Amino acid sequence: MAASEAAIKVRGVFHRFGEEGDQRFVRALADTSLEVAEGELLCLIGPSGCGKSTLLNIIGGLMEPSAGGVEVRGQSVRGPLPRDIAFVFQENSLFPWNTVVENIELGMTFQGVAKSERAARAAEALEAVGLKEFAHHYPAQLSGGMRQRAALARALSLKTPILLMDEPFGALDEQTRMILGEDLSVLLARTRKTIVFVTHSLGEAVFLADRVAVFSARPGSIKQVIAVDEPHPRRPEFVTSAKFTSLRNQLYGLLHDEIRKAVHQSTALGASRPV
Amino acid sequence: MQRHDRGTAVSRLIQAGFLVGLVLIWYLAATRWGVNRLLLPNPVAVYSDLLDILLSGEFVEDLQTTLGELAAAFAISATGGLALGYLISRSRYWIDVLEPLFAAVYAIPIILFLPLFVLFFGLGPASKIALGATISFFPIVINTIAGFGHVDRLLVTAARSMGASDYHLFRYVLLPAASPVILTGLRMGFTTALLSIIGSETLASLAGLGHRIVHLAEAMEMARMFAYIVFVIAIAVTLNAIVSALEARGKRN
Repeated sequence: MAASEAAIKVRGVFHRFGEEGDQRFVRALADTSLEVAEGELLCLIGPSGCGKSTLLNIIGGLMEPSAGGVEVRGQSVRGPLPRDIAFVFQENSLFPWNTVVENIELGMTFQGVAKSERAARAAEALEAVGLKEFAHHYPAQLSGGMRQRAALARALSLKTPILLMDEPFGALDEQTRMILGEDLSVLLARTRKTIVFVTHSLGEAVFLADRVAVFSARPGSIKQVIAVDEPHPRRPEFVTSAKFTSLRNQLYGLLHDEIRKAVHQSTALGASRPV
Repeated sequence: MQRHDRGTAVSRLIQAGFLVGLVLIWYLAATRWGVNRLLLPNPVAVYSDLLDILLSGEFVEDLQTTLGELAAAFAISATGGLALGYLISRSRYWIDVLEPLFAAVYAIPIILFLPLFVLFFGLGPASKIALGATISFFPIVINTIAGFGHVDRLLVTAARSMGASDYHLFRYVLLPAASPVILTGLRMGFTTALLSIIGSETLASLAGLGHRIVHLAEAMEMARMFAYIVFVIAIAVTLNAIVSALEARGKRN
């Protein structure tokens, strides 16, 4: 397979929640198409409720689209693909009754990794995210940022070529989020995974992404895709560069009208925000 | 930490002091304040009767009857409550239909149906077992539904995304998520079974500890009756401590 071959192909995906005429009926996605190249990091950004998380779940086989389809590495998606795709969710997706290392090993148990390999791979993943000393802590004993590192370690230990991240730092404070973003960029530059990363932070999108796909307000579809031509790993200085600022401003311009529309929608319709 | 320990010690002391004070008031009431001995026997007499009961072993038969009824009732309600609760929790529809129904029935004092149970199952252990099983079924089934039915969806989704099979999902996600709530239900079921069985023995029965207490009351043997009450309390407290310890241990693992 050539390096430029698309790892993920999204073709004309529509998605709606509920039935037409229903009070909770929501058109989440309308005619969304997208390709993600092998080894590329694509950010999905858009107003709240625009369907970016829905699209991520559809790509990962956790939801079935109402129309259209997704291909991952040449096979059409019918359900979860644990050998190809690992998820990192927004927060609290670790099993609270297991320690960090148990969580990681359990993920590998689910995926079908041989028992003899699990301990070594868990240790390696913990090392990569800098949580070695916290292997035997329970999630409740960790800060929000550390929990997300642990969730990332669990995803990395699965050694999937594709990583889908749903606002993984969304619940964290700005400073923690910045540090985790820098670490993530370094880590991902090493692993060369294909990544789709949902965020609503403009800075995070520009800092991490090879390309940023901007969503329109609901029903969501991709309004424009912007390329961030900057090698990985990104350096902290990138944030203060003129290039960063201009890209960020460009994104802001694209998003501003959509956010206005979304806010108008949610106040007019009584905010029924799908997952 | 030390401050916490001292706080615990003080509250233990208050609890012990309360019990000692109670026995003291009892003693004074029986000996100095002229309360009729038929209403309130001297605690010293109760103590010597209690020793006699324990040493002669006359309690064994009644205890066996009561504990046998309890074991049978709890085995039935635990099996039925866990199995039915799990099956119901598989369907959002059945949770919505049955959970409020069970909660409503749980609020009814089922002991009111004791005469009916006696008519159906006779005065012997069968009616106590049936009543105890019925009463303790509800907290168990309600908590089992609550435990399995309200597992965080994100954890299920995360497990599925990593390739968890149905067995994996049950063993590593649903069961650990539900077990604290289910264990509480089992403990509540056990306690209500014990209470309702001893209670129904005092109302209509041929044997058992509750029966013995009423029998002694009718014979005006107050000191011995009080001795049996103390004995039953000790049994109940011990059983409750064992079950609570098992519950706590189950929640840790």
